[in-house]
Amino acid sequence: MITYYGYTDGSGAFYVVINSDKCNGCRNCIKQCPKNLLQIASIFIDLDDKPVVAIKPEHCNNIKYLCAQCNPKQNQTPCITSCPTKAIKCISEPTNKNNHNNP
Amino acid sequence: MSEQQNNSGNSSGGCVDGGFWRWQEYHRVLSDKLWSSSDVITAGIDVGSVGSKAVILVNGEVYSWGVIRTGSNSPESAIKALDWAFRGTGLKQSDLKYVVGTGYGRVNVSFANKALTEIACHAKGANYIWGPQVHTVLDVGGQDIKAIRCDDTGRVTSFLMNDKCAAGTGRGMEVFADLLKISIEDIGEMSLNVSEEPPPVSCTCVAFAKTEAVGLLRKGWSKEKVLAAYTKAMAVRMSNLIKRVGLEPALVITGGQSKNVGIVSRVETVLGVKCLPMPNWRKDGIDPTIAGALGAGLYAKTLYDKTKNT
Amino acid sequence: MIAVGFDVGAQSVKVIVLNNGKVLSRAKTFSGFDHVQALQDAIEEALKLANITQADVTIFTATGSSMEASPYNASTVSMMSAIAKAGTYFFSKARTIIDVGAEEARAVKCDDRGVMVDFVVNERCAAGAGAFVEAMARALEVKMEDMGVLSLEAERASSINAACVIFGESDVVSLIHKQEPKCEIARAVYDAMADRVSSMVHRIGVNSDVVLVGGVAKDVGFVSSLKRKLGVDVLIAEFPEFAGALGAALIGLTKCKVNKV
Repeated sequence: MITYYGYTDGSGAFYVVINSDKCNGCRNCIKQCPKNLLQIASIFIDLDDKPVVAIKPEHCNNIKYLCAQCNPKQNQTPCITSCPTKAIKCISEPTNKNNHNNP
Repeated sequence: MSEQQNNSGNSSGGCVDGGFWRWQEYHRVLSDKLWSSSDVITAGIDVGSVGSKAVILVNGEVYSWGVIRTGSNSPESAIKALDWAFRGTGLKQSDLKYVVGTGYGRVNVSFANKALTEIACHAKGANYIWGPQVHTVLDVGGQDIKAIRCDDTGRVTSFLMNDKCAAGTGRGMEVFADLLKISIEDIGEMSLNVSEEPPPVSCTCVAFAKTEAVGLLRKGWSKEKVLAAYTKAMAVRMSNLIKRVGLEPALVITGGQSKNVGIVSRVETVLGVKCLPMPNWRKDGIDPTIAGALGAGLYAKTLYDKTKNT
Repeated sequence: MIAVGFDVGAQSVKVIVLNNGKVLSRAKTFSGFDHVQALQDAIEEALKLANITQADVTIFTATGSSMEASPYNASTVSMMSAIAKAGTYFFSKARTIIDVGAEEARAVKCDDRGVMVDFVVNERCAAGAGAFVEAMARALEVKMEDMGVLSLEAERASSINAACVIFGESDVVSLIHKQEPKCEIARAVYDAMADRVSSMVHRIGVNSDVVLVGGVAKDVGFVSSLKRKLGVDVLIAEFPEFAGALGAALIGLTKCKVNKV
């Protein structure tokens, strides 16, 4: 199951995407996250509660700002690069208004 | 089939003024079905932010349900919804073999055997109502929007939940219904009552869209035209969420906004696909707003069978 | 040399008249639904206060989120550039300048020469802007101007949804039903908004000196919450709501000087 954590608003879209089919629960990303945003959560998949990594619920509506320091646009954040199974990726698509690009 | 309605509403939903958002609470029993003590009776209870839904299943088939407005006390709302579903059935809580709670207030369903996310339940419920061809479910609830992809069995393959803001949610629609002094049940039809589709409002944020709407009304726009512009913006927003998880036909819409024809038809236009119509064999019955509770009830049956086998 | 800067915001239009870097006058009008009329009124008032006429003005420079056209033959600058300029004008050591207006919030990061190096905008969401407090004050039935002082009476804050005005409103109403003290709800409102603004600012880094401009900078409740959330002191300019207009005028002035050389 692929879960999109994050949201889209007037300033653009920001999502951390976690593929629970690929996640092996190794916790590398949890240890690497400088903001401590990740945790192992039990997710109901195929009638079982499978332990997979997830964004902590209290941060879901704020990760756009919390993740900023890792520069997620390059898709080279510690959580992404530390994942042995490529289960995590980031989507960062800011809305570009002309006057913001040409300050 | 018996049906009862309650117009009293419930004022604890958190609306500042007015009352144009009120919709009818009701319950229904499919009278062509009966139950006996040898049947496996399960229930799914979906405590949403705005509505609480309870569905009773007999051997994994829908039997009755109740839809009420969620009060300020989620545990009470769960019990009340179940009581409504029991009305006219002769069933009581002790007859239930397994109960699954879902929705925003699922942790407050004290008598549930298990709590599941509404994502899993909506996909399962949609799969039951419309069949295996459903691969994309858009659930527009009172305070969130979910775009769900699932396989032929109703198993979720990917999803996105947007609960950051009220834009597009039932709550956002209630704010607009209140602003324009139109009943929430009429805004869909009214928004389609325009000779030409106006451009969507420029801002999806409900607070700003409200200001924009007041400006448009002062400019002489009709309520219908303002509603059309707002509904269009919300439909575009929902469509973008669906595109994010990837649209795979067939598409269905569940949740309270599935009853808003203005939203449904505009999402169809933006995405260029038609939503599946209610299947004929269920036309007299099932309400897409109960998809989550129904899915929970189906999982309750499966999980009950699983406990029996192990 | 006389330079006029104007800032067409969502709620009000601000005009400032400069004479070689010295503020001669300023004026503010509410935008209503006719920004052009509001702008004309504000400029007329500002010129009158400065005792000059339009012919005396060398350059008009415009900025602002709701600026669609630029009358007065004005050149336009972005709000980011304008507040960066104004922030460093007020406080030469300013490195982080935060602007919280009625409908938008933004922050810019400046290097030690006062040059903007990064910025972040929270637009089209009322939760991180002045509109949030206004909506909550309405729900609380407290006058907007009393909210700040009221919130300072509280020792703790209630818990409300910070991400959305609409959800926040529902929370405030249910807190009132639960008879929570209004001051604690007011503080929760400011904390929620400061939370959003500070997490936005963290995106570009919090570097002292931190300067707050925009209409909301005059709200003691917000300033107190923001200081707490950012964990640093926040400097407030003398007339913070005019920062955009001032920055625009200053940039206009610089342009004229460069052209002359």
